[in-house]
Amino acid sequence: MLDLQGYGWMLFEGLQVTLMVGLCSLALAICLGILGAGAKLSGNRLLRMGANVYTTVIRGIPELLLILLIFYGTPTLIQNLAGELGYDLRLDFNPFLAGVMTLGFIYGAFATEVFRGAFQSIPKGQIEAAQACGMHRRLIFRRIILPQVWRFALPGLGNVWMVLIKATALISVIQLEELMRTASIAMGATRLPFTFFFIASLLYLAITLASVLIQQRLEVWANRGIRRA
Amino acid sequence: MNLQLVVDSLPQLLDGLGLTLQITILSIFLGLVVAVPAALMRLSPNPLLRWPAHGYIFYFRGTPLLVQLFLIYYGGGQFREELDALGLWTYFREAYFCAVLTLTLNTGAYTAEILRGSIQAVPHGEVEAARACGMSGWLLYRRIILPKAFRLALPAYSNEVIFLFQATSLVSIITLLDLTGVARSIVARTFAVYEIYIAAGLIYLACSYGILFVFKRMEKRLMAHLRPEERRQAQKAADPAQENLPV
Repeated sequence: MLDLQGYGWMLFEGLQVTLMVGLCSLALAICLGILGAGAKLSGNRLLRMGANVYTTVIRGIPELLLILLIFYGTPTLIQNLAGELGYDLRLDFNPFLAGVMTLGFIYGAFATEVFRGAFQSIPKGQIEAAQACGMHRRLIFRRIILPQVWRFALPGLGNVWMVLIKATALISVIQLEELMRTASIAMGATRLPFTFFFIASLLYLAITLASVLIQQRLEVWANRGIRRA
Repeated sequence: MNLQLVVDSLPQLLDGLGLTLQITILSIFLGLVVAVPAALMRLSPNPLLRWPAHGYIFYFRGTPLLVQLFLIYYGGGQFREELDALGLWTYFREAYFCAVLTLTLNTGAYTAEILRGSIQAVPHGEVEAARACGMSGWLLYRRIILPKAFRLALPAYSNEVIFLFQATSLVSIITLLDLTGVARSIVARTFAVYEIYIAAGLIYLACSYGILFVFKRMEKRLMAHLRPEERRQAQKAADPAQENLPV
């Protein structure tokens, strides 16, 4: 039988960190996505342009480079700016927080596109009807748009989640002890690289499989009350 | 901002870009070579052909590229004696070989899935017409199904090429000096963190949109007969009475 030399529990802890980072980043990405889509669809030109620059730039640059840029670049940038203003600042990012912020920021751009499509899929007539009933813009968003948007956004968000959970492996480069990093540590100690990375890959595969099943359940939930043609 | 440094390191960054592009192009071609048989096997009625292809596609699409890269680059070391006996160890020792192998297998799986979808989307009537003309087997695939499927796959495939281009940045983790690798080494030497990374990012950005532009042009050429506006205009020209009808 497979001998993990006592490193099995470590991989399990890494798996938990991976899932935590993934879920927190997804939550952040969804918030940014809704905001970004709102900006893209708003009447304000400045907001629209800002959102377009955000999605264009983020989707054109590799995640790894963005992670390096945000994790190492931001503290230096802030320190330099503070230095020029005469402050002596020492910034150190917590790897977990930095990982979540980075991934959330990157996948927020992808979620923006998903939500933009979803918002546009909501029938115009419903919004007009709500206006005719005298609802305010915020009330329309809360009562009409938000409950329905999930139906259109879930397939796209599922894709974003699949890419995101795989991208969490990249934040092992900023030394966060998630699944990839723990596998590397175990490899260094046991000299069994194939064994540990293969197990890690199977754990990622398990996450993917579970995600597919959960997504199907969620889609059934989001489509409740909709008649199928 | 230290702009002079960015200008000075530009030649090195462009050298890195050369390796990035080289790996990208090599992996795309080899990936296609893997993807076409994988997609055909995946659609085969024979379970002995279908299941291995299914497993391959599922594994490479379901796990992070970084794990696959480490599995081949570091994992190869665990089987050193076996690989030595086969005379393959000299290859698996090379980061370049491992990088291209991993990226090929990875993009091969994604491309196979795209191709599977587009082969299934080939209109049934065209296949029936070809059969009625007496085509079958390989001829049917070569003349009718595959050309049509490649065209249908083009929009999704352009995304995959851009993803692959960006994914090559991971090879910097296994010591190769591609664009990201060069940027990392310059940063380690000069501590000009954001200047260099932003410069590298802008190069990636320009290339990504360059690739997108090429594919858009290709799509326009290959799908000219399917462009919706022109078709509608042609219809309008043929039947002016339709113009006033609500769409």
